[in-house]
Amino acid sequence: MSIRHGLLALLERGQMYGYQLRAAFEESTGSTWPLNIGQVYTTLARLERDGLVRSLPESEAGQRPYTITDAGRADLALWFATPISRTDRPRDELAIKLALALTTPGVDVRAVVQNQRTATMRTLQELTRLKYASDRPEDLPWRLVLDAMVFQAEAEIRWLDHCETSLVRYRPAPEPGGRAAAQPTEARWDGEEARR
Amino acid sequence: MTGAGGAAEQTHPGDAVLDLRDVHRTHGQGEAAVHALRGVTLTVGPGELVAVMGPSGSGKSTLLALAGGLDAPTAGEVRVEGQPLGALDRRALARLRRRRIGYVFQNLNLLGSLTAAENVALPLELDGLGVRHARRAAQAALVEVGLAELGERFPDQMSGGQQQRVAIARALVGQRRLVLADEPTGALDSQTGEAVLRLLRRRVDAGAAAVLVTHESRHAAWADRVVFLRDGVMVDSTAPLGGVEQLLAGSGR
Repeated sequence: MSIRHGLLALLERGQMYGYQLRAAFEESTGSTWPLNIGQVYTTLARLERDGLVRSLPESEAGQRPYTITDAGRADLALWFATPISRTDRPRDELAIKLALALTTPGVDVRAVVQNQRTATMRTLQELTRLKYASDRPEDLPWRLVLDAMVFQAEAEIRWLDHCETSLVRYRPAPEPGGRAAAQPTEARWDGEEARR
Repeated sequence: MTGAGGAAEQTHPGDAVLDLRDVHRTHGQGEAAVHALRGVTLTVGPGELVAVMGPSGSGKSTLLALAGGLDAPTAGEVRVEGQPLGALDRRALARLRRRRIGYVFQNLNLLGSLTAAENVALPLELDGLGVRHARRAAQAALVEVGLAELGERFPDQMSGGQQQRVAIARALVGQRRLVLADEPTGALDSQTGEAVLRLLRRRVDAGAAAVLVTHESRHAAWADRVVFLRDGVMVDSTAPLGGVEQLLAGSGR
């Protein structure tokens, strides 16, 4: 997601100035996405340049409120209507770490899996504790953000369980020189197949 | 939530509600012997909820059966509120189980010919409590699980989630200090399952001790501490959490 669309969504509620936008943004993301005021003003400047928001005259206190334009509303509606693409996610360091652990001599892969699972479990406990403490109706947006993190942590633990089960069955294929091969043979076969 | 994590840190074996000391459980003998548990030590204090996770066959359910006095260890000791279960005769053990320990199993074991209130009151009546007192305690437990109005219904007139709450009320009724739950959310949908865990959490925060066996990490996360079993051995455990205030401060809220 972009900060752009976050700010547009907030301005759809009514006109706001920079500091109000920052506070509202952090409130609706449960502070999981801290924003500095510089980012807010840079984004507002770009939105104004693109005709999606319009700045209003400064108040007596020197605060300049912004309002959303019709073009901004259309852009926001399109954002809500378009599914998020996962292809540009940041690379998954954990998956890469485990793949490397498996092919690096002297690494206890099961210990890596268990340590990570304990750490992720602890995160999951903390998230659940926060959820338990926020059960007022007005906490719903924050609870949904927490739920998203809960389900992600749960998926990671399930994947780690899966890794552990796979490790029990894993037997590295011997290399011609007598050393263990770095990769399971099926993975190599798949690669060959893909290149044909 | 009132400092459940703090209570967990203060637990000493002396005031533990449940205390497993180097517990072993072996089925069969010689080469055919199956070691279900191998030297498990676990202490659960008042106000503490401990979740036990592990793959099938890792010893989770055996641990729960030993903790509840439904099975006896081959070696080691199990104490409930300081009493070594091995030193109790059958009658004393049965009394302790009825009075102090509540069980919630995936298979609910509700009696179909009894109403919800009668099901909840049953353990107290078996214990010799007068019908009127038992029913009053049952009604209080039904209120606690949000079923105040449904006491006169029979199990087959209730939804799966409501039946599960009756089973929880039966586990919580009276002065139960130790609650043992084996996959208590069973096949419930995620909202109903979460409601069941909130109930368990609330009772623990009020001072009970509980052990929750589950293979779902999202459910285990309601615990103060999560222990992992593999092949009958405890391989790891999360440290007890701090209070909510600390977590909120940590997240910048």
